[in-house]
Amino acid sequence: MEINKDLVAASSTPIVLAILAEGDSYGYAILQRVRELSGGDLEWTDGMLYPVLHRLSRLGLVESRWEVAESGRRRKYYRITPDGRAHLGEQQRQWQAVDATLRGIWHTLADVPPIGRPALSATIPQGV
Amino acid sequence: MKPDHSADLEAQIAEWRSFLLRRRAIHSVDVAELEDHLREQIDVLAEAGLDPDEAFLVAVKRMGALDALSAEFAREHSERLWKQLVAAGADATEDGPGARKEGFVAVALAVLAALLIKLPSLFGLDFMSDGAFYARNLSFFVLPVLTGYFAWKRGMLGSTALRWLGVAFVGAAVFANVYPFEPGGSTEALTALHLPIALWVAVIGAAYVGGRWRESAGRMDFIRFSGELFIYYVLIALGGGVLMVFSALIFQAIGVDIEPLFESWVLPCGAAGAVIIASWLVEAKKSVIENMAPVLTRLFTPLFAIMLLAFLGTMLWTGAGINIEREVLIAFDLLLVLVLALVLYTISARDPQSGPGAFDVVQVVLIASALAADAVALQAIGARISEFGFTPNRVAALGMNLILLVNLAWSAVLYVRFLGARSTFSAIERWQTGYVPVYALWAALVVIAFPPLFGFA
Repeated sequence: MEINKDLVAASSTPIVLAILAEGDSYGYAILQRVRELSGGDLEWTDGMLYPVLHRLSRLGLVESRWEVAESGRRRKYYRITPDGRAHLGEQQRQWQAVDATLRGIWHTLADVPPIGRPALSATIPQGV
Repeated sequence: MKPDHSADLEAQIAEWRSFLLRRRAIHSVDVAELEDHLREQIDVLAEAGLDPDEAFLVAVKRMGALDALSAEFAREHSERLWKQLVAAGADATEDGPGARKEGFVAVALAVLAALLIKLPSLFGLDFMSDGAFYARNLSFFVLPVLTGYFAWKRGMLGSTALRWLGVAFVGAAVFANVYPFEPGGSTEALTALHLPIALWVAVIGAAYVGGRWRESAGRMDFIRFSGELFIYYVLIALGGGVLMVFSALIFQAIGVDIEPLFESWVLPCGAAGAVIIASWLVEAKKSVIENMAPVLTRLFTPLFAIMLLAFLGTMLWTGAGINIEREVLIAFDLLLVLVLALVLYTISARDPQSGPGAFDVVQVVLIASALAADAVALQAIGARISEFGFTPNRVAALGMNLILLVNLAWSAVLYVRFLGARSTFSAIERWQTGYVPVYALWAALVVIAFPPLFGFA
């Protein structure tokens, strides 16, 4: 399944913050976790994660440090900050609101025509 | 590190790394982070049974297109597209401590120069009321400190060469102060003007290039440094001027007149310290930021060429002769200096390997028209020189004019040969760098020989 680019961009912040809320991590492991959680549906281009991490770091939502990993290489680890946790909580509320809205409308639609037909996608309002 | 990493793979990773490093928006710390990612990806793929080569290709592919990645980094770090100067920057991990130490030394030396320039006031000499003393000796408060900075930077401290530079300063100080100059006389003004030139080219030049004074490339570096320093100094002076005007305004609002403090402290100390700070900035940023002098020459060479052609054309058309007044020689000296600067800084930025181009033709037009204008002026002055008499100012101006004329005339010849593919561009470069000591010799001659020749008038 190909997920819309805007949707990927919008969800990247809460996903990265939530993964870091589980524990400190680094780029490759974060991507692995994303694949795991989405069951492979959410495919990020590997390199694109790093500008996201740098942006979160600039906003003070995460902080980074260099450590020597067990492989002997220097590796940059990220940790979520208290501000990041607060932001994550806020994002969670927003996404839950969006999710609840969508669930409501999916439910109503499910009552009328059968689910999963191509006709369904045409009835989705723009800008969701 | 996995043992199955072949040297081949390492070479591929190194190449990938150098590709990334070429992107301005991606700094070396980011490349290190991405490389860690790439290596882990390769390891995982290799464990899954891929060849190192295949694993590398897949890992690079997953990393994403380089252009898109670079654009994404640029969007997040837009400030990186503007090369930042003073802050050591994100690459501080590599040259941080060295750069910081150098900055510290530069600031300390700037403070030293600022204090030195106020040293004479301990002996009752004031910057404003003893202008003549300061005019003759200005070089000795700043240039030794600058020499010290470069000696430290080039590891020349304690060397014989540095001792000779010290001797040069002492000798110059003797000539500046033992002659019984008539107060307000021309020879004193000429000394004040020529001494810094001689010391700049001979002493600062030698200190700047370290041991490379005999090499054309070393001298060219010094020429580049001088041009950039001039631009930086003007910018710092403008900033300083704004600072002073604003301070004066807001202190005036509370009824305090701080002008005396400015005149006797802020202006001299700031002007002295700024030389060191500007030198440090030029050194620190020379490889980071595009040099400004060649950009300006590129802009102004055609404009000056047009101006000079218009001048010559108008003179021919109206038949007007040059109005010989006292300052006309100095005006033409300055014109030649300017043209020389345009030529020099164009040469300094040009790739000597590339062939003749349209801009080289513009250069020749510029030089030829400047020479023609100068020849007209010289001829007008020559006809009436006996009438005017040989004053020190006139001889100094005439001498400088001839020195510049020889330089530019031969440059024009070399340029024409180069355009005709009968000579290489490096011949022009060698001629210019080889000519530099002539200015120092002439300036030294004016300082040493003119006062006794003209009776210290």
